[in-house]
Amino acid sequence: MLVLLNGRESDLPEGMTVADLIAQKNLRPGTLLVELNGELVKQDAWPDIVLKEEDRLEILRFVGGG
Amino acid sequence: MHDPLLIGGREIKNRLFLGTGKFSSNRLIPKVVEASGAQVVTVALRRVDLDFEEENVATYVPGDCVLMPNTSGARNAREAVRIARLARAAGCGNWVKVEVISDNRYLLPDNYETLKATEILAAEGFVVLPYMSPDLMVAKAMVEAGAAAVMPLGSPIGSNRGLRTKELVRILIEEIPLPVIVDAGIGRPSEAAEAMEMGAAAVLVNTAIATAADPVAMGRAFGMAVAAGRTAHLSGLGEVRLCAEASSPLTGFLRSDE
Repeated sequence: MLVLLNGRESDLPEGMTVADLIAQKNLRPGTLLVELNGELVKQDAWPDIVLKEEDRLEILRFVGGG
Repeated sequence: MHDPLLIGGREIKNRLFLGTGKFSSNRLIPKVVEASGAQVVTVALRRVDLDFEEENVATYVPGDCVLMPNTSGARNAREAVRIARLARAAGCGNWVKVEVISDNRYLLPDNYETLKATEILAAEGFVVLPYMSPDLMVAKAMVEAGAAAVMPLGSPIGSNRGLRTKELVRILIEEIPLPVIVDAGIGRPSEAAEAMEMGAAAVLVNTAIATAADPVAMGRAFGMAVAAGRTAHLSGLGEVRLCAEASSPLTGFLRSDE
């Protein structure tokens, strides 16, 4: 299944949830923002959201800035 | 002296706003916040690098600070609005520094797109602080658009070149009925003090502190300079004269004709 992950086409396994992806990438959930197809998805919804072909997923975090 | 800066319903006691970019370690940030007394702290939002472990800088900002996400990376109003909405939805509060830049060499703000984003976000209840070139007509339009303050640059971002736009900033301070916060380019505490003496409501400093050899001590120096400049402004500076005017009485006892 091809998903646009942070601007790059990524081939992810069928049935993968947002929470699965975060775990697979070894990311710490509390530090992240997840935007799916232009909408912010709260952390408690991550295990319930199954990714679909052509989803646009952005995983973001706050960094230093002026 | 009770002299708070009122922005978006908040009383800000410390008029040094701190940017969090370029620190050699995020662990310095809470120390600089403490040493400088800064209460308003900016952060940026970026894509996670999926190949490297990274930290979330927001966790290093003390909880009693106002977290002000910027919209850096936005090249037009639409992108700035998207970043602001995401940051608010993520629980960042409703302050936002609108920053729209499409010029890579001098990183000068696009005033036109910044104005459009300010109008949209203010209507959505954001406390909007637009980073802008110090143009009087655009600043007036920012007032109409519902900005909570205007943030003219002193010189290009990260340049440490000081208050090169001084005359235009002075005009904004005189003409704009909103707090004028000098953002970008301030390289030394004396320049921060100068902006405050002129009547700037606050200054936002990042590079000059973050890239100092001792950022914590430099944060303290900027905090003192901003407070000194503010006190000087409120005290009313003395008149500037071309010729000398003696501070000590010139008449005395050394000559018989006095």
